[in-house]
Amino acid sequence: MIGTLIRIELSKIFSKWRSFIGFIAVTVLVPIIQVAMYSEGDEYFNLFTQTLQQQFDFAGNMTNGFLIAFVTLQSLYVHIPLLISLVTGDLLAGEATAGTYRLLLVRPISRLQVVTSKFIAGLVYTNLLILWMAILSLGLSILVFGRGELLIVGEKITILASGDIFWRFLYSYYYAALSMTAVASLAFLFSALVENAIGPIASTMAIIIVFTIISTLNAPFIMAIKPFLITTHLTGWKFFFEQPVAIDKVITSAGALVAYCLVFFTAAAVIFRRKDILS
Amino acid sequence: MPSDTIIEIKDLTKKFKDFTAVDNLSMSVCRGDIFGFLGPNGAGKSTTIRMMLSLIEPTEGIITIFGKPLASHRKEILRNIGAIVEKPDFYLYLTAFKNLEILGRISGADISRKRIMEVLELVNLHERADSKVKTYSYGMKQRLGIAQALIHNPELIILDEPTNGLDPMGVKEVRDLILHLSREEKKTIFLSSHILPEVEVVASRMAIINKGRTVVEGEVQTLLNSGNFMVRIGVDKLHDAQILLENSEWKKHLEKSESELRLSLLQSDIARVNEFLVRNDIAVHSITSTRSLEDYFLNITQGEHS
Repeated sequence: MIGTLIRIELSKIFSKWRSFIGFIAVTVLVPIIQVAMYSEGDEYFNLFTQTLQQQFDFAGNMTNGFLIAFVTLQSLYVHIPLLISLVTGDLLAGEATAGTYRLLLVRPISRLQVVTSKFIAGLVYTNLLILWMAILSLGLSILVFGRGELLIVGEKITILASGDIFWRFLYSYYYAALSMTAVASLAFLFSALVENAIGPIASTMAIIIVFTIISTLNAPFIMAIKPFLITTHLTGWKFFFEQPVAIDKVITSAGALVAYCLVFFTAAAVIFRRKDILS
Repeated sequence: MPSDTIIEIKDLTKKFKDFTAVDNLSMSVCRGDIFGFLGPNGAGKSTTIRMMLSLIEPTEGIITIFGKPLASHRKEILRNIGAIVEKPDFYLYLTAFKNLEILGRISGADISRKRIMEVLELVNLHERADSKVKTYSYGMKQRLGIAQALIHNPELIILDEPTNGLDPMGVKEVRDLILHLSREEKKTIFLSSHILPEVEVVASRMAIINKGRTVVEGEVQTLLNSGNFMVRIGVDKLHDAQILLENSEWKKHLEKSESELRLSLLQSDIARVNEFLVRNDIAVHSITSTRSLEDYFLNITQGEHS
């Protein structure tokens, strides 16, 4: 039965226009970034490496597909949670708003089955969106701009050889999928709590924005709670672009995200099972 | 519990914080009944139905359906129930056909295209099967609500205000459908409605609840035949007849009216009043006795309020 329910939930998700907003947004934004990089890429590269160029000479195809994919991933990463929560925040609350709980929950299925199938369908949606983003940002960028070395200027300067980059992107996208699954789980939890679909979207974004701002502050008590904030672990995909890969940080952050997913799902399931359907 | 009892509710209570919506309610529905479930607004009808469908957890009490406690046999019981609960809400972005297909599959039934079209035809929506529900009128959604309750061919059908929003023709169609389901398909129907004549026409047994409690329960006709009838008597000399009755044992039964002779009588007294008038030279040309469920319902619920 759970397989049938998941298929039904997926068909419901993809019958709604709002579910395609994420795909449309990615489809529009990625080429815009690519076109911008195509026309202004060298200036962008020079701007970021201005001080470095006084000491180093850069040769070869620096504004390549890998750099553009990296920039794209970094830029879109802020907006993807909104697109994800638009759908996952609606999974339970949307039924309450529409009054369709009364259709669904008078059938011979358990509430745990309902909540599980909706959660899994939400995860499938989330991962498809990340896959689409990967195809467009990495695949299309490589196709248009070709491959080359990747220069990353952060706390330190990392230069990755052309043949050493593709696998890092693959793992980054896996990690991004996990990060966005945690965001989806958070939106899903809010969706179980309220009976209007806007609430979960607004609450999820509020948490991400507030925690991100808190993360930038360096007060001692904030440093103490920082490891427990979900936003601390969302950007862990960048660890794959360190040389060598900070595998211990990856494991810690990925573990934290898995724990968040489990806690959010369990809380949503407990709340939903006890809920009186009054809508 | 008798073997033909399909629903047995015992001491059912639901409290929302300090408010008691259903208070120690008990009733039973027999197999094959069209059971009318009546009560004024806020009496606790919908809360009771939601508890019967496990949408709401009772605070206390036991609901037994098909001889099994709902709390421990929920799935098994719901497999055999079709229900409309209040408004007919659907997945508006899907077609009527798709809605029924989804709901049928969730009900665990093997739903074929033929079955879906059959049910849509029963509620006269087959020509709009492929239209999205958002294009439906309220009345069409109400009929689709009945269709979704029937799609998996359940034994017990719970209908909460199924004629809301329907035009007179639609109301008649639903009434005929309820009778068809009961007589031809041998379904048990639990019908909650505020349109009292509707219940009077179709129901075999009924319960009236008020303030969350059962006020009365029994056979509709037995309940209607007990207590007083409103009797209108057509006479040739209205004024004389009124004076005559005011000075007789029937004075206390006389209802105030200047345009007609109206008495509140037991069925057995109607003939005696007729005889009394004729013996006193009052020609009686018509006697109309009425006893509607509406009168009965209002008497009972107003009595409760006072």
